[in-house]
Amino acid sequence: MNELEIKDLNAYYGDFLAVSQVNMDIPDKSITAFIGPSGCGKSTLLRTLNRMHEAVPGGRITGEVALEGQDLYGSGVDPVGVRRKVGMVFQKANPFPSMSIYENVIAGVRLRNKRISRKDADELVERSLRQANLWDEVHDRLQTPGGALSGGQQQRLCIARAVAVEPKVILLDEPCSALDPVSTLAIEQLLLELKERYTVVIVTHNMQQAARVSDQTAFFHADAEAWAELTRLEATLGDKSLPQGTRPPGRLVEYAPTDELFNNPRNKATADYLSGRFG
Amino acid sequence: MTQLDNQLAIPELQLDVPVVHEDQSVLKAQSRALIKDKVIAALFALAAVAIAIPLISLLWTVVSRGLARIDAEFFTSSMKGVVGAGGGALHAIVGTLEITGLTLLVSVPIGIAAAVFLTEYAAPGSRFASCVRFLVDVMTGIPSIVAGLFAYSLFSLVLGPAYRSGIAAALALSLLMLPVVIRSTEEVLLLVPHDLREAGWALGAEKHTVIWKVVLPAALPGVISGVLNGVARIIGETAPLLLVSGFADAMNYNPLEGRMASLPVYIYTQWQMKGLDAQAYDDRAWSAALVLIAVVAVLALAARLAPRLLKGKK
Amino acid sequence: MRSETLTPQRAGAAAAAFSVVAALAAVLGFLLIQGWPALSAGLGELPSHAENMWQLAGPLVFGSVLVAAIAMLFALPVALGTALYLVFYAPKRVATVLGGALDLLAAVPSVVYGLWGIMVLAPALAGPYAWLNENLGWIPFFAGEASATGRTALTAALVLAVMVLPLTASVIRSALALVPEASIEGAYALGATRWETIKLAALPFARRSIVAGSMLGLGRALGETMAVAMVLSPTPFLIGIKLLTSENPNTVAAYLAQTFPESHGIETSALIALGLALFAITCAVNSLARWITREKTK
Repeated sequence: MNELEIKDLNAYYGDFLAVSQVNMDIPDKSITAFIGPSGCGKSTLLRTLNRMHEAVPGGRITGEVALEGQDLYGSGVDPVGVRRKVGMVFQKANPFPSMSIYENVIAGVRLRNKRISRKDADELVERSLRQANLWDEVHDRLQTPGGALSGGQQQRLCIARAVAVEPKVILLDEPCSALDPVSTLAIEQLLLELKERYTVVIVTHNMQQAARVSDQTAFFHADAEAWAELTRLEATLGDKSLPQGTRPPGRLVEYAPTDELFNNPRNKATADYLSGRFG
Repeated sequence: MTQLDNQLAIPELQLDVPVVHEDQSVLKAQSRALIKDKVIAALFALAAVAIAIPLISLLWTVVSRGLARIDAEFFTSSMKGVVGAGGGALHAIVGTLEITGLTLLVSVPIGIAAAVFLTEYAAPGSRFASCVRFLVDVMTGIPSIVAGLFAYSLFSLVLGPAYRSGIAAALALSLLMLPVVIRSTEEVLLLVPHDLREAGWALGAEKHTVIWKVVLPAALPGVISGVLNGVARIIGETAPLLLVSGFADAMNYNPLEGRMASLPVYIYTQWQMKGLDAQAYDDRAWSAALVLIAVVAVLALAARLAPRLLKGKK
Repeated sequence: MRSETLTPQRAGAAAAAFSVVAALAAVLGFLLIQGWPALSAGLGELPSHAENMWQLAGPLVFGSVLVAAIAMLFALPVALGTALYLVFYAPKRVATVLGGALDLLAAVPSVVYGLWGIMVLAPALAGPYAWLNENLGWIPFFAGEASATGRTALTAALVLAVMVLPLTASVIRSALALVPEASIEGAYALGATRWETIKLAALPFARRSIVAGSMLGLGRALGETMAVAMVLSPTPFLIGIKLLTSENPNTVAAYLAQTFPESHGIETSALIALGLALFAITCAVNSLARWITREKTK
């Protein structure tokens, strides 16, 4: 079953088209990796999946993103509600500095102004920290500030914070790019466990990471030559829908099960990227 | 002025050191440049030392003359019925506390809310926001006596020209305090990393909840420090209080009505309306000045230490 | 984000921001309402028995500008020197102490400056004034009969200079701290001495801020009330530039503080009109300073 369905998605910053015409289905309870050179729009696309893209001034989209068949961008849909179903972990670990580890984990509940009994909170904190493989390391110092943990622990705290609100989908934006190899391994191990419960989408600049953890991989690329050709073509056809003369937008080049994409890329650009010829 | 303009107008300097031969004239030019450098350095240091002279003289006078009346009576009695020696400044201290408290009550909530609007809600490049920022700058430059005239104009229009009160003084001081709070709060809010806001939003929190529970707590130490600095500035304001809360010899706890003494005005009136025993009045003025400076110094110190203390606790 | 949606919280914050606009409009409005009657006042109704508002305001504005300008004449070189010393010369410890001293100077309430000015500075300067008057009396500023008490325009200007110095110095200092390290190193690499480096790299960079800092200092000095009110011994309606005598032009702000508590009726109204003029002048000076620095950042 498909958890997320992306249809004809264009993402803009003001007038600048950052991601163009993406169509893809992301299956339930699996890990999907977005890879591609920097500037290919993979992070932007990720942020459209929980409407965080709109948090950037000028950020807007056209097209459709459906979660369990329901359009996240439909009229009357509150972006705040969307983010309760689709959680996110950022590139740089960002635990709330004024809160303890304990408070960080239940921040999602508190920030929604929900009341929670002490007992339920204790349980939620333990469950979430266990899911994030962090419980054993921090259970004896839950009241210390989250910022005092190591980088890898902070990132797992952020994952615990995200799972504590029981989302359906967890988005991760290059969660390991600032971590050492050992911490990275711990997070990757964690992701494999998380996919039992959640649909996971991860943006990574690390191809090996995508190969190690993901079930399917999407390769994005902002191809200048193809873009130039396309705009020329559409200009001659009289189509003015594409902005002229800007940086090329990111496009979904190839999307396939991870084994297939890495072993038998169908597109030449994918093959070039995977063999390290650019990026 | 003209000499300064000359210095500023020289775009390139005379690096009068040709690199051809190390003959006598080159060495001479080099050492001349070095001597000039030393002399100018000494001049700048002298300017820096020059500011210490009035400061030391002022602090020394305030402390040495102010100690005269630092006694129990000074802090426990008013000037009611006092002619000549004795009496105290309790009524002025209480007045200053009440007026300052009321000022905070008005300016801090509005100031923080306005700063939140400027940093969190206003769209980048918003006309309204840049207009407000400009007017905050303008407000910063309002002479304090004009703030007093404003409060007088407002209250006298409604309550008659003879109306004097602590609340009118608080209104005048709020006008001076508001831009300080807005500016310092805006500065610290801008320092709160953007990814904390994003983390909050990504958890499905409403924007105002993120501001209230994530952004403001992160900025709190800086906000407190800004407010303390603002209080240190307005607590010594004299001119507006002289106009709208006036001076009084007796205690007045009610800020809504009647003249209300305050420390700065107390200093001024003790000096200005000396009785026959001039020494007693001068002593009281200096002691009040010492108390006021001590309060200001404590506030300024607290403003500096607040961020460290508040962060260390957590 | 979703800047279109109008939540009550957003509306509240916007209202708080709008209160700044409202407050300034109110200042202008109430001063106009209350000051208006004085502009059409008849003979004998104005304070100090002035014939009309111009006769009252003219000398006071002159006095304000004179005293503030002389104050800046003293404050600017010292502020500039201090700022340069702090940024380019002072060892870290000295800089900390000096920065603290500047903060302290800025924090002293003006009424305390007034007390110090009248009881310490003025008596101390009476002697030097007599000497200046005797030996340099041919300079118009030092002409006339030297005051025996020291309560002169020059003393008031000196007190003001000390008061506005921290503001001007801090504006210049923050500008100097922003001079790109690369251009300083570039000048050093050319073999320039420290002073040559400052002249080449720092001063041109900070020029606008030096002007802006002076303007802000001037604005502060123009509006400063208590210190002048206590130090200066004024003579009504006087316009003159003799700085050492006991007959001095008064300033707008000081006149307001001295006269207001005893005023009523049309007199009060005239004083409020004077306040409006002071507000306009300081606003103009401060706006000019902001405009100068804004231009730079663009």
